[in-house]
Amino acid sequence: MDNANPAAARPWYEIVQATLKRNDVKLVAYVPDKVFTPLIKNLHADKDFLTFATAREEEALGILSGAWMGGRRGAVLMQTSGFGTIPNALASLVVPYQIPAIMFVSERGTLGEFNLGQALVCRTMRPVLESLAVEHHTITRHDELEFIVDRSVKQSIATQAAVAFILSPLLTGGKVFEK
Amino acid sequence: MPASTISTASPSRAASYDNAKVVNRFDLTKRLVAKLRKDEAVIGGIGNTNFDLWSAGRRPQNFYMLGSMGLAIPIALGVALAQPRRHVIALEGDGSLLMQLGCLTTIAALKPANLTMVIMDNGLYQITGGQPTAAAGIADYVALARAAGLAKSAWAADEDDFDSLVDAALAEGGPTFIAARIDDKPGVGTTDRDPVQIRERFMHGLGVRARP
Repeated sequence: MDNANPAAARPWYEIVQATLKRNDVKLVAYVPDKVFTPLIKNLHADKDFLTFATAREEEALGILSGAWMGGRRGAVLMQTSGFGTIPNALASLVVPYQIPAIMFVSERGTLGEFNLGQALVCRTMRPVLESLAVEHHTITRHDELEFIVDRSVKQSIATQAAVAFILSPLLTGGKVFEK
Repeated sequence: MPASTISTASPSRAASYDNAKVVNRFDLTKRLVAKLRKDEAVIGGIGNTNFDLWSAGRRPQNFYMLGSMGLAIPIALGVALAQPRRHVIALEGDGSLLMQLGCLTTIAALKPANLTMVIMDNGLYQITGGQPTAAAGIADYVALARAAGLAKSAWAADEDDFDSLVDAALAEGGPTFIAARIDDKPGVGTTDRDPVQIRERFMHGLGVRARP
């Protein structure tokens, strides 16, 4: 994840925050993830954003759907296992009603996972997205992050279609076994 | 002294599950819709809740949820956060609420003054064959809502009390949680099932889309 380009000195979470703000995506609902800790902390500190926790990820998708219909753009942050709880909300609300739900998933279950359950649920994520024809990008490179997020958020809104950004441990460092 | 305390309290606050009259969902829905004068948004939950909303008279500010059981209240919360000057009402069944009880804590934390939740409680998964929920006769949804942090939570004692509770919710602000015990009569009519048309009409109704 180190990058030789000095222009890329900003950490990934600052790029995500700035790109969301530039695209007027200022409502952020989340179920926490360790990797997202600095992003969540900074979003809470930024009064341009309304940032709050929900009890479940599908609840967050409901809130985003209502907010979009009311004229406010939103994003949801979740971990891989959280994604495993939302296929019904995607298939019966977000996709058929054409809601541009912007989803960030912190990828667990690969590149050094220590929990078998996380590794298995990770295997279900991309097949679900593929089967619903939901645009998704696995972001591994710091120098591609801003381009992918910026362009895909714009595409999501212009085409009224959901998008999922899967943030790889190659980008974020991931969660490592600390005993 | 306790007597005077009770007499000065709102009668609605005194209603409990046990003394609440069993009323009819379509009747309550018609009563609710008849009160709406300011383009309030109404989100109808899956099944009979939105069938009765549909049958109570089409309005462009109505949203009919066809799947995603349990998400009517979160959708209403999203609309309420996006449009703080518009009152938003979620109509939801007891089985649906049971699927997403956690959303009550989110609402208690965010305190949207323009959100009202109406729970139609018949203790049944009515549309799937009338099976009782696990909570039927055991859990008290108003007590659950209060425990989640929603202080303005009440059982409707009867139809008139429901009217008073809705009037107070619209006038005083909330978030407000109103539960009514209802009978097992099926929904009236069936919503047209075109999700994109439902969403587009709703967005026109909310002023987000220009009139076609």
